[in-house]
Amino acid sequence: MERSANVYRYGLIHVEVRKVRKVAIIGAGMTKFARRHFKTPQELVQEASIKALEEAGLGYNDIDCVVIGSAPDAFDGVHQKGEYLFPAMNKPMTRVFIGGATGVMVPISGYYHVASGMCDKVLAIAEEKMSQARPHPQAVFRYIWDPILETPIGPNLLWIFAMEMHRYMYAYKVPKEDIALVSVKNKANAADNPYAQLGGRITVDDVIKSEVLVWPVNRLDVSPVSDGAAAVVMVSEDVARRYTDTPVWVAGVGWTLDNTEWTGRDLSYNRYLEIAGRMAYKMAGIERPNKEIDVAEPYDPFDYKELMHLEALQLAPKGKAAQLVKEGVFNRDGDLPSSPGGGLLGVGNPIAAAGLMKVISLYWQLKGTAGKMQVKKPVYTGVAQAWGDLMQASTVVVLRR
Amino acid sequence: MIRYVPKAKYSYSAGQAQSVFLNGLKEKKILGTVCNKCKKVYVPPKMYCEECFKPTDGWVELKDEGIVHTAIASFVSWTRDRLEEPIISGTIKLYGSERDYVFPGMFHRICTTYDKVRDMSIIGAKVKAVWNEKRVGSIEDIQCFKEV
Repeated sequence: MERSANVYRYGLIHVEVRKVRKVAIIGAGMTKFARRHFKTPQELVQEASIKALEEAGLGYNDIDCVVIGSAPDAFDGVHQKGEYLFPAMNKPMTRVFIGGATGVMVPISGYYHVASGMCDKVLAIAEEKMSQARPHPQAVFRYIWDPILETPIGPNLLWIFAMEMHRYMYAYKVPKEDIALVSVKNKANAADNPYAQLGGRITVDDVIKSEVLVWPVNRLDVSPVSDGAAAVVMVSEDVARRYTDTPVWVAGVGWTLDNTEWTGRDLSYNRYLEIAGRMAYKMAGIERPNKEIDVAEPYDPFDYKELMHLEALQLAPKGKAAQLVKEGVFNRDGDLPSSPGGGLLGVGNPIAAAGLMKVISLYWQLKGTAGKMQVKKPVYTGVAQAWGDLMQASTVVVLRR
Repeated sequence: MIRYVPKAKYSYSAGQAQSVFLNGLKEKKILGTVCNKCKKVYVPPKMYCEECFKPTDGWVELKDEGIVHTAIASFVSWTRDRLEEPIISGTIKLYGSERDYVFPGMFHRICTTYDKVRDMSIIGAKVKAVWNEKRVGSIEDIQCFKEV
């Protein structure tokens, strides 16, 4: 099916979408997320890919193009990680990389491979093996800062989040206790997820009393270091109709990049995500996201990030997401379930794979195969999102059944 | 498991804008560039205006004082080792109103107490640069920003 010429405008962004083909996800697979897998990065990729192809009912020979995503090479400890991870066997392969936002950029890239008419069947993969870095995965982040003005001060990755979180708490007067509720919710949700690394019942008190890493960030505010891989099969409409009765359609995609400097962007509100979200919503024909989205998978490497992302995705008023968490709106049986599978806080955070895991969780919800994680309300439309680079990039996918 | 220490070393160029900025620090001056079209002031300085996508038009000197925009206290080093005394750092707004979220400013250490970070009283506080006696043209020429 072809859509007629249409020009979208939002803020500074102009996107012209014309004659694009419909794209569906017909298979998804992932490895269990774990603190340390004794499989190589390639073996993780194989496991996830084979599961995705099996569900789709396709063999690798049927695939036209491959998209692979992985975050900094320094995690796995091998440069040029794309070709290291996957022997494409003479098929066109593209690696996408925008830090933490990579995981959702993978299906976005898969989307335009198919929507453009270039490929009919795409295998889209994301992988990360963080456990190999020594002395700690934190240390390999030393080379992401400005080497002249920032590195001498001695920052680590947690500083970025702590600075944002504190500004958010200050600007909207959100207490730490309310933010901790996200961690409690997501880890409890993950207890029902067979792929999860850190599911469990914890209390707000556990979060507040856990080790202070970088104030205001405590240990239980943060998602864990993980290894894992995830993959999806994305196909054109005619292929989807032939292979499944329950395709999940990509209704909209959006992505943006803001200024990397801490003094160059709003730390308490993710404007770049608002723009990326509006781009995806517009494409999906969504005018009132908080009414039309049935389930959300916002990126939650830290508990406060789920709140900021819900706000920028227009699913909660600015500074009010914590209040809605308190009221149970985002619970699995709430009005707008958020991270019903447990999110990064519960399932784990192998960076790129975690982003694709968000999309896969949403896919399961729309397909009705989420098992114990299935939300109570009927689900027709959902949004998944990731965030990254130097924490100023966002990627958004809207799925519909 | 193979254990090894990466030996990659780099000699970075400070470039056109940062070189002037670093030489300014040696003279106890904080220098920024300005775009005459949109009037935006850049600290750290830029050779082109990101808003207008054209070269910036000249240099301005800013006061070495500002207000704290956000602050943190780090109990872990960049290698994830535990620190007994926290490193306190944050961003300092050198010019602009309370409502601005894009501003000329610096990311640096802040000389204050952990308690003031915890109760957030340091956010919004007025601070002034503490300069080192011996200055070499580096971001480290400023020891920290201290409350006034």
